[in-house]
Amino acid sequence: MNQRISFFVNGQQQTVNTDADRPLLDVLREDLGLTGAKYGCGEGKCGACSVLMGDKRVFSCRTPMKIARNQQITTIEGISDGTKLHPVQQAFYDAEAYQCGYCTPGWIMATIALLKNKNQPTEDEIVSFLDGNLCRCCGYPRILNAVRQCAGLKGR
Amino acid sequence: MQTRSSDLIGMDDYDEPVDRVDYQFGLTRRGFVQILGAGLLIAVADAPVLAQRRGRRGGGMGGARIRNVAARVHIGQDGSITVMTGKVEAGQGSRAELTQAAAEELRVAVDRIQLLMADTGLVPDDGITAGSGTTPRSVPAVRQGCAAARALLVQLAADRWHVEPGGLVVQDGKICKSGNGESFSYADLAGTDEGAKAFQQPLPASITLTPLSEWKVLGTGVARPDRTDLVTGRHRYPSDIIRPGMLHGKVLRAPSYAATLKSIDVAPARAIEGVVAVQDEGFVGFAAPSSFAAEKALEAASQTAVWETAAHPSSKTLFAYLREHARNLPKNPFTDDMARAAKSLRQTYNVSYIQHTPMEPRAAVAEWDGEHVTVWMSTQNPFGCQGEIARAFSLPTERVRVIVPDFGGGFGGKHSAEAGIEAARIAKAAGKPVALRWTRAEEFTWAYFRPAAVIDIEAAMSADNRLTCWHHVNINSGGNAMDAPYRIANNQARSQFVQSAPPLRHGSYRALASTANIFARESFMDELADAAGADPLQFRLDHLEEGRLRDVLTIAAEKFNWSERAKKKEPNLGVGLACGTEKGSFVAACVEVAVDAKGKIAVRHVTQTFECGAVMNPDGLLSQVQGAIIMGIGGALKEAMEFENGQITNASFYQYDVPRLSDVPKLDIHLVNRTDLPSAGAGETPIVAVAPAIANAVFRATGQRIRQMPIRLPTPSSARA
Repeated sequence: MNQRISFFVNGQQQTVNTDADRPLLDVLREDLGLTGAKYGCGEGKCGACSVLMGDKRVFSCRTPMKIARNQQITTIEGISDGTKLHPVQQAFYDAEAYQCGYCTPGWIMATIALLKNKNQPTEDEIVSFLDGNLCRCCGYPRILNAVRQCAGLKGR
Repeated sequence: MQTRSSDLIGMDDYDEPVDRVDYQFGLTRRGFVQILGAGLLIAVADAPVLAQRRGRRGGGMGGARIRNVAARVHIGQDGSITVMTGKVEAGQGSRAELTQAAAEELRVAVDRIQLLMADTGLVPDDGITAGSGTTPRSVPAVRQGCAAARALLVQLAADRWHVEPGGLVVQDGKICKSGNGESFSYADLAGTDEGAKAFQQPLPASITLTPLSEWKVLGTGVARPDRTDLVTGRHRYPSDIIRPGMLHGKVLRAPSYAATLKSIDVAPARAIEGVVAVQDEGFVGFAAPSSFAAEKALEAASQTAVWETAAHPSSKTLFAYLREHARNLPKNPFTDDMARAAKSLRQTYNVSYIQHTPMEPRAAVAEWDGEHVTVWMSTQNPFGCQGEIARAFSLPTERVRVIVPDFGGGFGGKHSAEAGIEAARIAKAAGKPVALRWTRAEEFTWAYFRPAAVIDIEAAMSADNRLTCWHHVNINSGGNAMDAPYRIANNQARSQFVQSAPPLRHGSYRALASTANIFARESFMDELADAAGADPLQFRLDHLEEGRLRDVLTIAAEKFNWSERAKKKEPNLGVGLACGTEKGSFVAACVEVAVDAKGKIAVRHVTQTFECGAVMNPDGLLSQVQGAIIMGIGGALKEAMEFENGQITNASFYQYDVPRLSDVPKLDIHLVNRTDLPSAGAGETPIVAVAPAIANAVFRATGQRIRQMPIRLPTPSSARA
């Protein structure tokens, strides 16, 4: 049954007419044209769909619209300042922390959530938090370098 | 001489097998309309299509024999340079590398080149992107086209100035006359009638490429040109393509392999607002304004479906099944020699089915314009898929245009056109563009798998521990890297590949059968070394000629400090090594593993040396080697498809575990740059040594020899719950 659901995406209020069980990921991609968050598994096990709800990372593929109602959602499209990249984006850019890049927005959003939660995470905290994200190209060494850079840790 | 048994199937085909889905839909015909990409003015867009018709379409591996320079290079009147290639970018770095190739020969900076990839309406057919072919074949093809373009432009300038072309200097996209500072830009010359005419001429028979000693762009680290779009989410993957009025599609899937649809009622699906249902023979698909609604339609119809199922083998008995169904299992021709030998050994190694699981599952958007269809899709094989789609709809290939935006990973798993054909079939019925994005479960079940293998190896040694005969048989998975690179007395070595009756649809994979064959051989080499009482490194060196494989092995062992670490005895820690060659490149790996009380294996350290001739892009190469090692740990320790009653029972990342950040070991990677040798591809071979090195290390840590991939130790009884 469709209903009107309002929520905020990258600071702007959005109202959609949708089934309340529909995943946030689908609404972002199909209704709002924000395709930065990706479908990777549909079960919260790969992190490609990561967005922020408030300051927390959520798997948008597993977040029904009834949960997103009235929430502040931030997607990869909403983090840069004009053409100036967000520091986490810049770190991924500098470290060439991508191969196919399909998972990259998810890693960046997860990293932002990690750093919002803890300014200077340790190596173990980084690995533990980001173990929810997959990169099937297995570009993990460069990803880890980018995150270390953001966390003020030395790359290796 | 070592021989391969390739009589059963063309080995070319088996190297990059494409197991096509046999869709066949109705007939339609009309003229082909070219729709060019924004800002491009290509007058000869049909040329590449025509030029390729004679050859094997889309299945080819190499650079296209383009008809003329215009098929490869376009110089816009605004000075823009567009270079066209049929290769795809799926994360392996082809966009950067081919851009470098063009920039090198055109004497411009990389940011001057716009590389147009994998649009069958606009680019030459450079063959499938697979088999490590881009570096050895497409890079030279692009360089030839660009070098020819440069030579033509220089000639045009020389004609204008009435001077000899040899005295002119080309730099930064300008042709300069020495002395007086006069120059022409490429755009000045290419925009003229003479320029257009020159670009239409056949490619000259001999084209001189810039020698390595003069390389300015090739050989340097160049990042992916579109990396800003990757980190901002702006890049549109095939899954992200949006067309006006587009609907979202779903396809009915059988509940198990070999099941056939007896009946279905699509009326409950059609009752949902906005839903289009298609039923064409066994194909049933739906389209709706959202994928959620399409899914609801699918669920509604599925409940009415009646299926007839059929028996299907189980993964639990897979290896016995493959052996039982092996066709013409060969006899060892050296049995007499083996019986007389001082020592002999025979072992069997099994390799499970695994899947590529690229981050982006299959996705396509199809849009019909009368009897022409344009399909945006993720595939490594754009021209092959164009052909597949054309066959499915009985269309001339000219009426099918396949556009492949840079996509989310392939690893050999995206050679086929299923999603494109399905999207096109639903779009045809809907009369609107349709996006079809496979779910992860669909990808796990209905895409294809890396073939499982059963490998038998037998060998004999003399009293002084030298190999005297060798027999290697691969059942089912293929013949790549099957021939032993080791010295065997009197060349008494045979390696043979035989097909079986594979229960799962199988196809290509990164390095395909080399991983299985090298896993078996390198595990076996350690077993032979044990039988000889020799160190595994020394035993290999005793059987390796001087050369590239010996070099990488020696370097890896030195960097790892093998001789010291192999002597150490620490409980539950072990080191192992392995080496191999495939597709013209060479790799050796040394690893250290730790085994915990529950028998869980962790790879702690990998030192790998890799050599692929002259390095084109050291940054891209490092990424490929890092990625291959870590992906290889997945196949070595974690991944195996499980199936029962025709169903994949672990079709989810919850059950099918792949490498994550916490699995990444300490990596020491040593790239050998042999500038004296031609460049070989690097996307595959760096994966092949890691699994056997791990198996060998596990043996040293535990005394248990695991002859199966994934390598899993039996759970100790004390640790069982």
